[in-house]
Amino acid sequence: MNELAITVIGPDRTGIVADVSEALAGLGANLSDSTMTRLRGHFAMTLICTGAAADDVEKALAPISGLLATVRAVAPEADTDAAGEPYLVSVHGADRLGIVAAVTRVVAAAGGNITDLTTRLTGPLYVLIAEVDVPPGSADDLAVRLAVAAQELGVEVTLRRAESDVL
Amino acid sequence: MSDALADWKPDVLGVEGQVLPVVTAPAGVLSSAGAEVDPADPAIVQLAADLVATMRVSPGCVGLAAPQVGVGAQVFVVDVTEHPKTVTAHGTFVLCNARVVEASRWRPGREGCMSVPDLTGDVKRAGRVVVEAVLPGTGEPVRLTTDAFEARALQHEIDHCAGKLFLDRVAGAHAVYQRKVYL
Ligand SMILES: [Zn+2]
Repeated sequence: MNELAITVIGPDRTGIVADVSEALAGLGANLSDSTMTRLRGHFAMTLICTGAAADDVEKALAPISGLLATVRAVAPEADTDAAGEPYLVSVHGADRLGIVAAVTRVVAAAGGNITDLTTRLTGPLYVLIAEVDVPPGSADDLAVRLAVAAQELGVEVTLRRAESDVL
Repeated sequence: MSDALADWKPDVLGVEGQVLPVVTAPAGVLSSAGAEVDPADPAIVQLAADLVATMRVSPGCVGLAAPQVGVGAQVFVVDVTEHPKTVTAHGTFVLCNARVVEASRWRPGREGCMSVPDLTGDVKRAGRVVVEAVLPGTGEPVRLTTDAFEARALQHEIDHCAGKLFLDRVAGAHAVYQRKVYL
């Protein structure tokens, strides 16, 4: 089925999610996966929809006040390859240029795939939490490389196994 | 539980505590392992009293570790008596060189920290712990068994003494939250 990747961002106000999802529903577009959050006063939505044409969605979102929206047709998800081992990376320290770039480059170089990542800047403190799928058996090596990068950046880093208890 | 802890009151330190400024992240002292201390050292006794005094003037504060007042030492104070999530409570107490020797009943829970004032996070902690430590001043060994919120507070403070923050243990990329600002 035709999938659309949609991003919407704008100054936060009440009713953004309702406005956007109503516009999508009006076109018969089905909202499958989405993430929506507030980033420093901006409300950001990233979503995957099915069942509507990109042009129609663009037209439907355009009149909603204060929002910048992009719509793009995308190929459906490929079969995911062999899963790595789930790990969590925490980084915190004084804000400086390039923390995310340096840390994620180290993760990528080790074959780690970032599946989720959040950063927060509060005052002088920069915090990065990433969920990473790491190739089996390579976590110790990644931990060493992260420690080296963290020392260069003057930040603290922790790599630990993510728990996923099935209940 | 040791009777030594049941009888313990900050008064037994015999010195008046000074309120110290609380250090916030990013500060190196919060991310460095604190040194083991000599509990009989007068400087440590004074530090214990200062931690109690500083905790008491800090609204909602249920625990404070030496690195949070800028001292890289394995000393902390806890008092969860008034907290609604508390089950077992041992009043106000200061421990030196504390270790978790048994931990079980792991549960997630939201926690904050005076040294990370703008964020909270979901952290899995043991809901039952046995902690071994020594008391400031006398150096008397104590073995403390507790649960629920007091267990969480102890693990949080012992982490501080090891140079760890709750940020190092949060449960996922969406497990860190901006604290609401109440004006
Ligand atoms: Zn703390």
